[in-house]
Amino acid sequence: MAGTLQFDLVSPERRLASLAATEVLIPGAEGDMGVMEGHAPVITTLRPGVLRATGAEGVKSYVVSGGFAEITGTSISVLAEQAVPLEEMTPALMDAMVADATLAAAVNPDKDSADKAVADLLAMRAAAGH
Amino acid sequence: MPSLKDLKNRIATVKNTRKITKAMQMVAAAKLRRAQDAAVAARPYAERMTAVVAGLAASVGKSDGAPKLLAGNGSDKVQLVVVMTSERGLCGGFNSTIVRLARARVLELVAAGKTVKILTVGKKGRDQLKRDYGQYFVGHIDLTEVKRIGYVNARDIARDILARYEHGECDVVTLFYNRFQSVISQIPTALQVIPAKFEAAAASAVYDYEPDEGAILADLLPRAVATQVFTALLENGASEQGARMSAMDNATRNAGDMINKLTIKYNRSRQAAITKELIEIISGAEAL
Repeated sequence: MAGTLQFDLVSPERRLASLAATEVLIPGAEGDMGVMEGHAPVITTLRPGVLRATGAEGVKSYVVSGGFAEITGTSISVLAEQAVPLEEMTPALMDAMVADATLAAAVNPDKDSADKAVADLLAMRAAAGH
Repeated sequence: MPSLKDLKNRIATVKNTRKITKAMQMVAAAKLRRAQDAAVAARPYAERMTAVVAGLAASVGKSDGAPKLLAGNGSDKVQLVVVMTSERGLCGGFNSTIVRLARARVLELVAAGKTVKILTVGKKGRDQLKRDYGQYFVGHIDLTEVKRIGYVNARDIARDILARYEHGECDVVTLFYNRFQSVISQIPTALQVIPAKFEAAAASAVYDYEPDEGAILADLLPRAVATQVFTALLENGASEQGARMSAMDNATRNAGDMINKLTIKYNRSRQAAITKELIEIISGAEAL
């Protein structure tokens, strides 16, 4: 049995999850990454996507709209601008996220990354079959 | 000399007022609890965000390629003053303290020859500043319809500010709000968000950065601004309810005192009236 690491998922409004996880899969800006105990310390930004944490009670999934993750050997904290448990995700919420990202892309000086975020969200929506 | 009936009416009026202020105090107390909970819930995110950005800023900040949001655009000519106040009154000196601080700053800046622009959040601040500084107003953000301040509101405000900065409409942005200390004490605070100021962070563990530090910083700084606005909004919300609660507590107590005084006055004049009548009867009887 592999060791566990402390997984925290916080949004600006509240703490969504805080549990001991054996593995956390995050949608990093430069590709998905799995984080287990003893991972090298990393700070990475996130792209919109699905985050999965494997804990004692099985796998918990969350949809995140971006943010960043701070990884140390013993803990991972994900700061997501918006995070929703996968089971609570609705098409309407998804649409709102897309609309919001599109709006943000319009004013963001970093056009590329903003457009990429929108594209990621659209891909996610397509994958969910809405 | 008011008649007995007048006094009685007056007492009834003050009693009604007391009921209302009492109710408002209760409501404020309940809302304060909620506002405080929200502020506490938001703290982990804000703290972590600040820590990471401060760490990054310390390593990237001095180089030439530092983002404009951090290093500034080399000018402090146009100052944007964001005054955050409440949407409703009856909260004691809450709005006045913020406005007073903002006003002092505006005067200072104008005297120093800077261009001042004012963005108001919350109706009360706008009303108070409109007369003297109406010509500086560049916008107003209305939160009247918002029942509960969410991160979305903060992000919208932050976007507004960032867009203005991006378009070169302002060089320095300062937020004015009340920091919540306790129910009876709120501290008017000026917080400069652009260019961002962070206390030098203690060197934390050495991290790998993915993508590189500069890119992460560029991604995080706008979020950090939104987070600061959000924190300010929440602090302001808690302060407003705290101020209202103590103001209404005072009002309730004053109404109580007033009722006591009026009741004494009422009893005295009633007695005086009775005595007068008795004297009239007795002297009438004696005259016979």
